[in-house]
Amino acid sequence: MKIEFELNGSPRQVDVPGMTRLLDVVREDLGATGAKEGCGEGECGACTVLIEGRAVCACLIPVVQVAGTKITTVEGLETGGFKAIQQAFVQHGAAQCGICTPGFLMMAAQLCASPEPIAPETVREALAGNLCRCTGYQKIVDAVVEVVIDATH
Amino acid sequence: MPPIERATDAIEVLSAWDLDEALSLKAAHPDARFLAGGTDLMVEVDLGHLPEKLLNIHGVSALRGIRERAGGLWIGALTTHRELVESLLAESWAPALIESCRTVGAVQIQNRGTLGGNIANASPAGDTLPVLLALDAEIEVASAARGTRTVPMQFLYKGYRQLSLEPDEMIVGVLLPDPHVDDHTYYRKVGTRLAQAISKVVLGARLRIVKGVVTEARIAFGSVGPTPLRCPAVEAALVGRPVDPQVARLVSEDITPIDDIRSTGRYRNAVAVNVLEAWLVSLVPEPEEEI
Repeated sequence: MKIEFELNGSPRQVDVPGMTRLLDVVREDLGATGAKEGCGEGECGACTVLIEGRAVCACLIPVVQVAGTKITTVEGLETGGFKAIQQAFVQHGAAQCGICTPGFLMMAAQLCASPEPIAPETVREALAGNLCRCTGYQKIVDAVVEVVIDATH
Repeated sequence: MPPIERATDAIEVLSAWDLDEALSLKAAHPDARFLAGGTDLMVEVDLGHLPEKLLNIHGVSALRGIRERAGGLWIGALTTHRELVESLLAESWAPALIESCRTVGAVQIQNRGTLGGNIANASPAGDTLPVLLALDAEIEVASAARGTRTVPMQFLYKGYRQLSLEPDEMIVGVLLPDPHVDDHTYYRKVGTRLAQAISKVVLGARLRIVKGVVTEARIAFGSVGPTPLRCPAVEAALVGRPVDPQVARLVSEDITPIDDIRSTGRYRNAVAVNVLEAWLVSLVPEPEEEI
C-alpha cells in the first residue's frame, strides 16, 4: 500500500502493508530513529510523535491512518522552532540515559504549541504518559514548566 | 533493500472514507473488526493477537463532533477523549463524563482513543462506560440495510465483551439526555496510579434529589463484573427518601468482582462500597442547613 505523508516538513512516500506501525515506518523504513520503542503498548511514551500537532504513541498508530497528515518526530524539533525545549532540557539536566527524552520533548512541544496558557501545575498531568527510570522526574518537570510558561504566556 | 517482513503484513485492511461506504463495507464484510483510534486494538496486535480483517473508519468525518440536538447532546463515535476534555459544551453538559475521559490512559492515548471505541471495545474496565450508564446514554447504531436505531446503554452489553449489535451494524454516536437541574453526578476511578492505570474499580453515578428526597438513582460500576453494570438493589434502596449513605453496603448484592492480575474480588468489593459511601456522605446536607 502506497502511503504519502509529511515527515518533519518533507514529503515522504512509503510502500508498506497498512497495519505496519508508524513507529517502525519512521525508524526502519525512513531511518528517523529518534522515536524510541519502550513498551510497545502505549504505556511509556518513548515513541511519542506529533500528528497534526497532537502527541500520540507511534507504536499504536497503523500507518494506513496517517496518509496525508503532517508528522513531527524529535528530528523535526529544531527546524520546527522548538530549539528552546532542547536547551531547557540541557540546562536543567533533564536527561540521563536518554531513551525517554525524545518522547518528553515531543509532549513538551505539544504543550508549547497550545493556544491557551498552560498552568505550571498541569504539567505533571500532561507528562503522566511519559515514563523515565533515571531522573526522578523533577528535572524534567522543571525544564518543561520553564519552556511551556515562556511559550504560552 | 528488500522489504522488511512484519507479523502485521497479513492483516487485510479495508478503509472507508464516508458513512455510506463504512456501512456497505461492514455489510459486505461482517467479519471485519472496526479500526478507530486503535489504542486498544494495536496493543492486541503488538501482543500477537492478529485479526484477519479490519475496517478502518478513522477517516469518516461524519463520525466526529459534539453537537446539541433536540433533547440531548450528540457525540460522534470517533470523537476523541481529548476532544471531549477540551470541549466546553461537553463539560457543561456532562462533567462526570469529561472527568472519566481525563482518566483514560494519558494525553497520548486521549488524543487518539475514541468514545465509540471505548464503548465498542466493551472492556468491563472501560473508564467512560459506568458514567454513560449513569447518564442514561443512548447508543446510536446504523446499518446499510436498516438505517439508524438507538440502543439504551443499559442494554448494550449482553455478556463479557459482547455487544447486542447485529454483524452489519456500527456505532455512529452517543446521545446524552438534557442535564437536569436537580441531578448530582459523580465519577471515581480507583487504580494503581492516576495515569495509564487500568481501573480496579470505577464508579459512575447520578442522583436526582428534589426537596431533599431522592427521586431517581443510577449507580453503575466497572471492573466488578463481566460487563459494566448498574446496581438495582442500591438504586431501589436510595429512591423515595433522603440520601442514606448506609445503602452503599448493598453494593455487594449487585456486583460480582473477581480476582485477577490487577486486584482481588474482596478488595474490589470493599472499595466499591467505600467510594459510593463517601460520595453519598458528601450529598447529605450539613445539619445547620436543614430547616
